Amino acid sequence: MITRLLLAMPFLTVAVLLLLALGALLFKRNLIKMLMGLSLMESAVNLFLVAIGYRQDGVAPIFTNVPQTLMVLPTVQALTLTAIVIGVATSAMMLSFAMVIYKKYGTVDVRNIRKLNG
Amino acid sequence: MRTALFTAILLILLAGFLQVAVGLPFGKPARTDMDDYFLAHAQDQAAANNVVTSVVFDFRGFDTLGEATVLFTAVLGVGMMFRKLKPGEEYEHD
Amino acid sequence: MNMTKIVRTTADLFYPFCLVFGLYVVLHGHLTPGGGFQGGAVMATGAALLLVSRRYEDITRSLRQNTMKLCEAVGLLMFITAGLAGLFAGGAFLYNGLAGAGGLFGEPVAFGANPGGLNTAGLIPLLNIAVGIEVLGGLTVILLYMLSGVKETEP
Repeated sequence: MITRLLLAMPFLTVAVLLLLALGALLFKRNLIKMLMGLSLMESAVNLFLVAIGYRQDGVAPIFTNVPQTLMVLPTVQALTLTAIVIGVATSAMMLSFAMVIYKKYGTVDVRNIRKLNG
Repeated sequence: MRTALFTAILLILLAGFLQVAVGLPFGKPARTDMDDYFLAHAQDQAAANNVVTSVVFDFRGFDTLGEATVLFTAVLGVGMMFRKLKPGEEYEHD
Repeated sequence: MNMTKIVRTTADLFYPFCLVFGLYVVLHGHLTPGGGFQGGAVMATGAALLLVSRRYEDITRSLRQNTMKLCEAVGLLMFITAGLAGLFAGGAFLYNGLAGAGGLFGEPVAFGANPGGLNTAGLIPLLNIAVGIEVLGGLTVILLYMLSGVKETEP
């Protein structure tokens, strides 16, 4: 049982990270902290993708001077690369929104910016 | 009230996540047909040593084009938000 | 805001090394870990180093926003042009016709472990360079825009 738990450790980390991210999104009222939660969720998904493509005793899928040909799966790593770049783009967008909201309302608390004032 | 509800939701999700996490096998991926094909043919079809780069730029090159477009669009959006204000136009709090 | 002379000198010193390392990561993307996105991010790190150490008005004299926007657009256009060239040469968008054909980036690669040659992989290094230019321009423009929105205070 304990061996099984230790072997599943990356997925446990993913579960804990997802929980923390959801908690930050649900309980925090500060926009910047909510964005940190979103970033955490993105990291959890990246870790999940990399961990699900791991093959026991595999090496990185690069053939330059490689000692063996048993390699981990390359497709999930490519998907992770895509996810990281898109995460950077969306993070930049959301942080810019937060900056503009702070300029307009003078606060980043979501309770105070909920009202529509034109 | 809301805090209790959210905590309950989070606990239920935690139970589900933990069940899935313990059940997933680590180190033994279930289906590897496509990845084995990429590993076997990246060097004769794309002539690249780095299989990840050959997947990103050759086998899934159209995906990468979309990714580059997303980055471009994000830069356009950031530029739209930080545009120069017209004379007389002001933010309320500055 | 303007930082102290120590920070400014160190940033100036490390800026060319950041650029060269990023260029190395981009150019060796088909041989070693790395590629266009990672190398472009490393190069943009050099620009960020300059940005945090100086005042915004000082930095825009050497790191122009229009140049970086041009970099971004040129990178994306290079990518699309390379894809269209594959369309005309081989009948499919992004067709890797240069791989194994001799000529530019055209050496074939044997299966298995090998020391790796720079002149391989066909279209992939060209796309790496295009994406590297685009990411360098894009991230630097994002940083410049965000810094232009920050109200600066002098200590």
